[in-house]
Amino acid sequence: MNSEILRTNVESYKKLVELLKSEGFEMMVDLTVVDWFRKKEPRFEVIVQFLSVSSNERKTIKVFVNDDDLTIPSISDIYPSANFYEREAFDMFGIIFTDHPDLTRILMPDDWQGHPLRKNYGSGRIPVQFKNAPRVDQ
Amino acid sequence: MKEDTRKSKLKFKFDLWATNSEENGWNISSTDEGSQKMLEEESEKQIKIQTGTDVIDDFILEEDTTDDERMIVNMGPQHPSTHGVLRLQAELEGEVVRRVKPVIGYLHTGMEKTGEELNYFQGPTNTTRMDYLSPLFNELVFSLTTEKLIGIDVPDRAKTIRILMTELNRVSSHLVALATGGMDIGALSMMIFGFRERELILNFFEKTTGLRMNHNYIRPGGVAADLPDGWQSDVEEILKIIPEKLKDYDDMLLDNPIWRGRLENIGILTTEECFAYGVTGPSLRASGHSWDLRKSQPYSGIENYDFDVPVLDEGDVFARWRIKVLEIFESLKIVEQALNQMPKGPYKIQDKKITPPPRKRIDESMEALIHHFKIYTEGFKVPEGDAYVAIESPRGELGCYIVSDGSSKPYRMHVRGPSFCNLQALPVIMTDSPIADAVAAIASLDPVIGDVDR
Repeated sequence: MNSEILRTNVESYKKLVELLKSEGFEMMVDLTVVDWFRKKEPRFEVIVQFLSVSSNERKTIKVFVNDDDLTIPSISDIYPSANFYEREAFDMFGIIFTDHPDLTRILMPDDWQGHPLRKNYGSGRIPVQFKNAPRVDQ
Repeated sequence: MKEDTRKSKLKFKFDLWATNSEENGWNISSTDEGSQKMLEEESEKQIKIQTGTDVIDDFILEEDTTDDERMIVNMGPQHPSTHGVLRLQAELEGEVVRRVKPVIGYLHTGMEKTGEELNYFQGPTNTTRMDYLSPLFNELVFSLTTEKLIGIDVPDRAKTIRILMTELNRVSSHLVALATGGMDIGALSMMIFGFRERELILNFFEKTTGLRMNHNYIRPGGVAADLPDGWQSDVEEILKIIPEKLKDYDDMLLDNPIWRGRLENIGILTTEECFAYGVTGPSLRASGHSWDLRKSQPYSGIENYDFDVPVLDEGDVFARWRIKVLEIFESLKIVEQALNQMPKGPYKIQDKKITPPPRKRIDESMEALIHHFKIYTEGFKVPEGDAYVAIESPRGELGCYIVSDGSSKPYRMHVRGPSFCNLQALPVIMTDSPIADAVAAIASLDPVIGDVDR
């Protein structure tokens, strides 16, 4: 099923979410971030999926986050289900959700450095034995 | 002298060979150019938050409490009744849970990051390992999203095979939920029974896909292989045996006063709470709201099948147990229709860009070999765009969001796991209930930690 895509900016994002809630979109089903590293300006795009159970409709909000502060208002007071998703987005991308009740790392360990799903975060390699074999001149 | 030249020649050779190595071992963070630099530029407070050193942990007892009975207890991550590695921080007053916070991430393996490095052809191998009790649903949702991005439609036989396999998978997943749920409450025979019946279905899966779990069977463009010879008799056997056994479960549990006493009026979730916390699937239907994506937003041709969506109004643990039993009957109805209406024809899309040639052709044709090699090494290109597709997994809405940049690998692959979202309702159903009931409540939500942590 295709969902209607609404593009907005950080300032009017929360108002739009409140409007959707009043329009009868009962559920916020998904919140995720796309990192457009060196492809788009600004860099991070937050994508939120809404579902209306009563009218069987889907809507998607896409909003770009400003590069200088990476801050966007939290919607977990409107939709409590956003809580874990915003924590995940913070953990994986470092987006800061203001007024979130408990913005801590959720999947990575608390003392982890960096945000793994950013495009400039290396996926890491483990040396394979034959490649690390002693060199001939040693 | 001779030795030296030989050595330097060899050295040159080996340096070419190991292009990625540096003088002292491996530079693991060679592509990680921004993440550390970015931290230096931020203010001190943000560094603390970003590095996680400023942990906002409010889960401590109030200092002025005089109540000796209150304490913080960790349940898990290694605890048999938390269904995997779920950790619960619970504030107990005697034996009653007053506050609870689920702590997850112990099974986080970075599958979304891995998904960005595998091409669309390899993608199901990765997603199938997320929700390990219903792997075929994960493959299906990934394949459907990819197919939506390319804009193709799979043949009828592939659709029917997909429905047949996923509905059987729903039965096996619900059987595990019933089994482990029974085990947590002390009905150990239920555990044995559930796993015994699941074995029938897993044997059929093994025959069809080659594996009991993590099948990698449903792929973009169709399914990996046709159904094996004699599959009808296997499915007929499943259709014959499982309803009989379900009747046994009912005889054992439905009017059992201990079972009902343990489960009724425990862990109640109302419809509004389900909406607020994004709870979908059987838990929502047990709270009195009829919502099933198979009916409302059908996928893979499931609108052509005749089945009902069971709904219960109580919203307690008993209703969530009962609804899974009823759903097994409905899924078996769909399986029976798929068995009778299985169309003939190809089980993969006949598009040379997406489908590799059949194995037999490789032996006789050089072009087929090249074609096979190209698809398996490079994959196929997917047009730019993004798509979100949701299907009804045994735990609720399973969504997949893929952003494509036109290459053969997803630019971003995100899976909306139902367990992740359903887990947020855990504090609601556990608060102010005894620990023994809390255990029953966790089992009734049926979280799969592989799906939660991804």
